[in-house]
Amino acid sequence: MLVLIVAIAAFLIVRAVPAFREAGLGFFTENDWFPDAVPAQFGIAALAFGTVLSSVLALILAVPVALGSALFLTELAPPRIGRWTGYLLDLLAAVPSVVYGLWGVYFLVPKLTGVSRFLDDNLGFIPLFDSRSNTYGRSVFAASVVLAIMILPIIAAIAREVFRQVPRADREAALAIGATRWETIRLAVLPYSRSGIVGAVMLGLGRALGETIAVALVLAASFKIDFHIFEPGGNTIAANIATKFGEAGVQGRQALIASGLVLFAITLVVNVVARSVVYRSGIAAEGKP
Amino acid sequence: MSIAANVPQAVVRRRRVVNAIACSALGLAVVIALIPLAAVLAYTINKGADRISWQFLYHSMFGVGPLDPHGGAYHAILGTLEQVGLASLMAVPLGLLVAIYIVEYGQGRLRNAVRFLIDVMTGIPSIVAGLFIFSFWVIGLNQGFSGFAAALSLAVLMLPVVVRSAEEMLKLVPNDLREASYALGVPRWRTITSVVLPTAASGITTGVMLAVARVTGETAPLLLTAFGFDAIRRSPFEGPQSGLPLYVFAQAGSAFDVAVQRAWAGALTLIVLVLALTVIARLVAARTKAT
Amino acid sequence: MKRIEATDVSAWFGAHKAIEGISLMFEPKQVTALIGPSGCGKSTFIRTLNRMHEVVPGARFQGSVALDGEDVYGPGVSAADVRRSIGMVFQRPNPFPTMSIRDNVAAGLKLNGMRKKGEIDETVEWALRHTGLWDEVKNRLDRPGAGLSGGQQQRLCIARAIAVQPEVLLMDEPCSALDPVSTLKIEDLITDLKDEYTIVIVTHNMQQAARVSDTTAFFNISEAGQPGRLVESGPTSKIFTKPDDERTEAYITGRFG
Repeated sequence: MLVLIVAIAAFLIVRAVPAFREAGLGFFTENDWFPDAVPAQFGIAALAFGTVLSSVLALILAVPVALGSALFLTELAPPRIGRWTGYLLDLLAAVPSVVYGLWGVYFLVPKLTGVSRFLDDNLGFIPLFDSRSNTYGRSVFAASVVLAIMILPIIAAIAREVFRQVPRADREAALAIGATRWETIRLAVLPYSRSGIVGAVMLGLGRALGETIAVALVLAASFKIDFHIFEPGGNTIAANIATKFGEAGVQGRQALIASGLVLFAITLVVNVVARSVVYRSGIAAEGKP
Repeated sequence: MSIAANVPQAVVRRRRVVNAIACSALGLAVVIALIPLAAVLAYTINKGADRISWQFLYHSMFGVGPLDPHGGAYHAILGTLEQVGLASLMAVPLGLLVAIYIVEYGQGRLRNAVRFLIDVMTGIPSIVAGLFIFSFWVIGLNQGFSGFAAALSLAVLMLPVVVRSAEEMLKLVPNDLREASYALGVPRWRTITSVVLPTAASGITTGVMLAVARVTGETAPLLLTAFGFDAIRRSPFEGPQSGLPLYVFAQAGSAFDVAVQRAWAGALTLIVLVLALTVIARLVAARTKAT
Repeated sequence: MKRIEATDVSAWFGAHKAIEGISLMFEPKQVTALIGPSGCGKSTFIRTLNRMHEVVPGARFQGSVALDGEDVYGPGVSAADVRRSIGMVFQRPNPFPTMSIRDNVAAGLKLNGMRKKGEIDETVEWALRHTGLWDEVKNRLDRPGAGLSGGQQQRLCIARAIAVQPEVLLMDEPCSALDPVSTLKIEDLITDLKDEYTIVIVTHNMQQAARVSDTTAFFNISEAGQPGRLVESGPTSKIFTKPDDERTEAYITGRFG
């Protein structure tokens, strides 16, 4: 198994090297993607930007809901209801990403258009919310919402485990000085769970960074660095690999592998840090991907 | 109300209000979290139910033109069954062995290193697993696209999940059982096979089923390893093959309505398959916890 | 300082009835000790006094508990308010692990809206002096509460409890996790505190009950699976020398329990 990780890295590196050589340092700064052209011009700048932007947005949307539901299920709900609702929530993680993508394009995008327009009209002075072309649809925002839905169950499941580990004594100490339910959560549950929560969030981040298919379906591909999240267009490293692979020539494939290597490195770092944070908080991390 | 006499009433009331608002917000979070689940299921059933039929499940896309309304997913379903089956055959025994090593035999630094690596492996994006098998097997060893290549990439994804859940289940087996067996003079490997494993069996089964459910729905690795194929490819060793998630993705990406309809039918089939596996696995787990 | 009266109190954990028909009066400026063998419901009973019992899922309560005549379980009475008036110290010291000593004592104060740093520090010092901890910790108020010794942690928990000015102080075997020296310090503390609070203490240690309490109540369980009941209660000196009930005498003289 150690061999496996090393092997993955090794082979990807080998295949990627020609692509790196071709693009030079421009690999990290170039936006466009024409690896099979002569002269080849490609780089992951826009892709990396899109990957990070969509994942961060997804986190912003998902974390409050995930932590809120985890708290409700462990602290406020009667035990049996809490457990079964938890299972229901876990089912969200079982839905295949391609189904999320399909649903995202046909159901969510039209619905989000209304929301995007509302926010653009009312808060459009903030550049983030401004859609200069006044079109909405298959935007980074839409992709982030779908991503948020996909990472929510992971964060919630780990958070539930973390909250369950809070010793009864700490809760009783808070209750005994007259704390309300919410105050008990603030005094005893949350401070104890700080590092576990950080770990859970990072694991959610790792998942969002690597999500391919849902983003490929929902986001209309374009290669630009742009903070206007309501405008259609954008791309991530993973989605790019999925969509460009079929038609890619030899160099194209090498370039895609190179981008995959970068993605692997990023998710590796995020996951390693996340796992050690969760371990240090004394919780055995769930094996849920 | 003199029970809270020495605290001003305003403060008492404020705390109660804050508590009510906060707890309602938490409850709202659960509702918000569950809405997408209902929405996805309802919409998929709605869109896919019309197109699903024995016709659909029993025919492939062989000879189906871009505007033709017929065609089905048989080749894709067959592909997925073969790929997932092969992947399980590779990942489950290996995963069990690793878990047994970690729990029963492993010590110190090596054991911790293995555990850490397995944890890290659970975070590998599925597309990276696909890329790896692509560059290693498809190109590197020149084997070309095939269902088996897909199985390899799925096995990479399944392995850490199987190891993790098997490890948890094996750890749950009380040490007293092992010690009783040793006290009777039974050697360690035999204790594992006849005492520890049977005790942990149902929990491990649940873990395996959940792993299978997860990889059944994976598209990205298939894109790069099985590549897709319109006709029925019976052997997973001989060339590009389709798979159900891949089928849905390909049909969904088409501009034509007839294809999108097929995509929905395929999606419905896929989600039914995956959810059935997941729910059964959970029910088995709940039943064993109750005993 | 208020009087607590329990009338016909019974409590269940799910289907299992833990205590039945307990009626007891706890007078102000007095320490009442609850004694009896393990498992006879003393802890369960004391937890019904400040509504901690109901926190356990599946727990049920019947009867009445009144604080100076006001029903603690009345409609519209919030459990949080009750617990502020009726404080509790637990068997294992449980300072908040992520908080400093000062923050531990101040925790209840901040909940009640005390904002001014000066006021908070004054109250913290008062509470710590009252529990005899001030001199020991005054130079490290910002250090974590969990870094103290067991006996100091327990005194910290007592300081935290009295900082919110309760009327009654409930103590559930407060010394059983401590060494003898700390135990004696806490017993002295209880004797000091009884002038200002109504104190109820559950204890396994008969000598402790004899040393510290004015009134003693003896709980017993007739056989396994039966609910715990109050056998006898009265002035400590009487209970320990000339108890009315022969079961009390058997327990006191060590014939069982």
